[in-house]
Amino acid sequence: MSTATLDKPGSGSQQDASPYITVVFRIRRFNPEVSDEATWQDFQVEIDPKERVLDGLHKIKWDLDGSLTFRRSCAHGICGSDAMRINGKNRLACKTLIKDINPHKPITVEPIKGLTVLKDLVVDMDPFFQAYRDVMPFLITKGNEPTRERLQSAEDRERFDDTTKCILCAACTSSCPVFWNDGQYFGPAAIVNAHRFIFDSRDEAGEQRLEILNDKDGVWRCRTTFNCTDACPRGIEVTKAIQEVKRALITRRF
Amino acid sequence: MKIHKYDTVIVGAGGAGMRAAIEATKRSRTAVLTKLYPTRSHTGAAQGGMAAALANVEEDNWEWHTFDTVKGGDYLVDQDAAEILAKEAIDAVLDLEKMGLPFNRTKDGTIDQRRFGGHSRNHGEAPVRRSCYAADRTGHMILQTLYQNCVKEGVEFFNEFYVLDQLITEVDGVKKSAGVVAYELATGEIHVFQAKSVIYASGGTGKFFKVTSNAHTLTGDGQAACFRRGLPLEDMEFFQFHPTGIWRMGILLTEGARGEGGILRNKDGERFMEKYAPVMKDLASRDVVSRSIYTEIREGRGCGPEGDHVYLDLTHLPPEQLDAKLPDITEFARTYLGIEPYTDPIPIQPTAHYAMGGIPTNVQGEVLADNDTVVPGLYAAGEVACVSVHGANRLGTNSLLDINVFGRRAGIAAAEYAQKADYVELPENPAEFVAQQVEQLRNSTGSERVAELRRELQETMDANVMVFRTEQTIKTAVEKIAELRERYKNVSVQDKGKRFNTDLLEAIELGNLLDLAEVMAVSALARKESRGGHYREDYPNRDDVNFMRHTMAYREVDSDGKDSIRLDYKPVVQTRYQPMERKY
Ligand SMILES: Cc1cc2nc3c(=O)[nH]c(=O)nc-3n(C[C@H](O)[C@H](O)[C@H](O)COP(=O)(O)OP(=O)(O)OC[C@H]3O[C@@H](n4cnc5c(N)ncnc54)[C@H](O)[C@@H]3O)c2cc1C
Ligand code: SF4
Ligand code: FES
Repeated sequence: MSTATLDKPGSGSQQDASPYITVVFRIRRFNPEVSDEATWQDFQVEIDPKERVLDGLHKIKWDLDGSLTFRRSCAHGICGSDAMRINGKNRLACKTLIKDINPHKPITVEPIKGLTVLKDLVVDMDPFFQAYRDVMPFLITKGNEPTRERLQSAEDRERFDDTTKCILCAACTSSCPVFWNDGQYFGPAAIVNAHRFIFDSRDEAGEQRLEILNDKDGVWRCRTTFNCTDACPRGIEVTKAIQEVKRALITRRF
Repeated sequence: MKIHKYDTVIVGAGGAGMRAAIEATKRSRTAVLTKLYPTRSHTGAAQGGMAAALANVEEDNWEWHTFDTVKGGDYLVDQDAAEILAKEAIDAVLDLEKMGLPFNRTKDGTIDQRRFGGHSRNHGEAPVRRSCYAADRTGHMILQTLYQNCVKEGVEFFNEFYVLDQLITEVDGVKKSAGVVAYELATGEIHVFQAKSVIYASGGTGKFFKVTSNAHTLTGDGQAACFRRGLPLEDMEFFQFHPTGIWRMGILLTEGARGEGGILRNKDGERFMEKYAPVMKDLASRDVVSRSIYTEIREGRGCGPEGDHVYLDLTHLPPEQLDAKLPDITEFARTYLGIEPYTDPIPIQPTAHYAMGGIPTNVQGEVLADNDTVVPGLYAAGEVACVSVHGANRLGTNSLLDINVFGRRAGIAAAEYAQKADYVELPENPAEFVAQQVEQLRNSTGSERVAELRRELQETMDANVMVFRTEQTIKTAVEKIAELRERYKNVSVQDKGKRFNTDLLEAIELGNLLDLAEVMAVSALARKESRGGHYREDYPNRDDVNFMRHTMAYREVDSDGKDSIRLDYKPVVQTRYQPMERKY
């Protein structure tokens, strides 16, 4: 891997004639209408290395093989549609530039792990969203509603800022070895979203959420491998959030 | 084919659809059909904020907000609707806060507010802080919060269901909505949803442009489905080009960047907006700023070897401020351009952003069949609709507001209608149109490729009906679109399967884009004036005598099956404000 030269920003090489290079995408294909077996298929694409992996997949789909199937929408890392395993690591295809992942070797693209593959890069997201729904991901308050907004200090707001960034892409959960081995585990994304409410000063159901996460399939399954934090395209400190939930369970302070 | 029966069916689960769903679910048996998982909707991409005259940080009131909205829309706004928008804004923001939305806070713990283009104190005196925000991911937080509340209310979603046809039955000479037909992505199965009321909340159409801030999935499916069934589309020539898209990619960099103090500069480093808008400068309304950028570029003051962009300069702002207020967009610059915004200006160009036009509705969200007749049981809200609160040019932060105010209104109105209405009989063979469309595309052996036609469409739209338009460029577009629509009949797909056939759906989406591009171009050709987002170099002035009116476009099909577009016009509702020249 180490011999390839990557573009260094500002190195002045931008002026060179054609920016295009030939890249091989090695894609995990699966279509149960055709065969029960998944296979690898290579595609050669002419592409500017400053483009996204998603651009490469589009070139394949639009110009070479229309049957290649993947989800995508926003194309800039905001909707969470296109988490996939790229060169063995979970990333968003739309947030990964080709130049940053060694384009001189075949780029492998596979579906995220731990969720049932339905076709090519498309997996069944329902169990993932079910775990999310199970942590009661909504503000719960008691008593009468104020007429104006609830007050919250800037510091209290900051307390849970990190976990509000989650786009539910599943990159974290599907990079977690515990989740691969046991799909019952809530998984990091659900815990991140519980954290978002447990540490929101306006919320009054922290205890209930903690009880849910105290379950045998809850936070205690986490083995702190940090895969989730590495995978998160939003830069959320996922492992730290899980640790904070664990600590809150012990101290009952949050 | 499966048949389902619901009181209320909502098409789309973005901000408008989910805001409607929260209301409708409490009042009627409701299903939400959405081609994306709800949290994937493009509302999540909105960055800057949501306008409301909360007056948390400085004096403000809803009347000033109404005025700015009307002026921003170059007086093509229906003023009764704009009043409702500005008045109900305050509760709309407070409702979201109560639902849990984590707004940024002031020192006192109230919702913080910041400046945004076109929003002013006392009718244009100076910029005002009216935009409520959550860093630069306000749309993300709105989408998440609404989804969370849908989970709480137990809203029933049909995810990855593509609505492809609107069912209309004539009862005693009145066109009524009977339901919709949807295609299930996972299985390829066709579903008919019979419903007493239907709400379209299916978002914009930006994908007919190449450089756009819109998602790949914003293909105007709802507009196209209604239009095909003989319903009008209003003001489709008005499309907003946002000044600051990332050069060549179109990814949006929020106007909030300029609200925080960012400055636009040309290749000489000059703050050129001072010339074009002495008071509001970089925060003049979007159409004004976009034209100014292109004027700089055309006059040779653009940046880069090709002189085809200008800079958004944030380098004078403290890094802490950028981190706290604009973390996402600074990261976009780093990720996609390899640029550090602390130290380097960001190359930008205008990007196709927002459809002001759409399915005409009244202020209850009821869809209009012509200038005054409503279609019983049919509603629309959000970017798909045209109320019209945005007129010829939408102000920043007014769309997140629109989807909440009119999403809520449509949700309530549709559910209340469903409570007392009966089901309208389905047309005979309700799935026929969709079944044929799908079969034809699947079996076609034609030589045309979807991607190629789409590329040609996007190129012609960018070249001919973007920021500057003339009779000639629009005619070029009209001819090209006609050619592409002809070639589209010969399009084929490679994926012939049933499961997750996105190849097929992209073909259908392209058909919608082609239909809507034609409406846009034909409407633009007829509007021989310049107003808001529609700028005709051959008619550079606003013409209130002839064009102070909404365009209403209808699909006509003659006896040979040949289709054409008929244009009609609808008066603008004026209440308190007389049209004035628009200066910033
Ligand atoms: C990058 C960006 C930044 C923006 N920033 C701001 C801002 O700061 N402030 C502001 O006020 N406005 C902003 N806007 C505008 C605003 O975000 C949008 O106009 C608004 O969110 C649209 O919401 P919507 O609910 O109408 O549509 P969307 O959120 O686009 O949702 C459309 C829904 O319809 C569904 N759908 C589409 N077609 C079908 C079909 N055929 N069948 C079934 N379902 C379908 C989709 O699945 C989706 O759920 C921004 C827009 C963009 C692109
Ligand atoms: S925490 Fe990060 S990786 Fe996990 S779902 Fe959320 S955004 Fe994706
Ligand atoms: S396509 Fe939206 S996150 Fe990648």
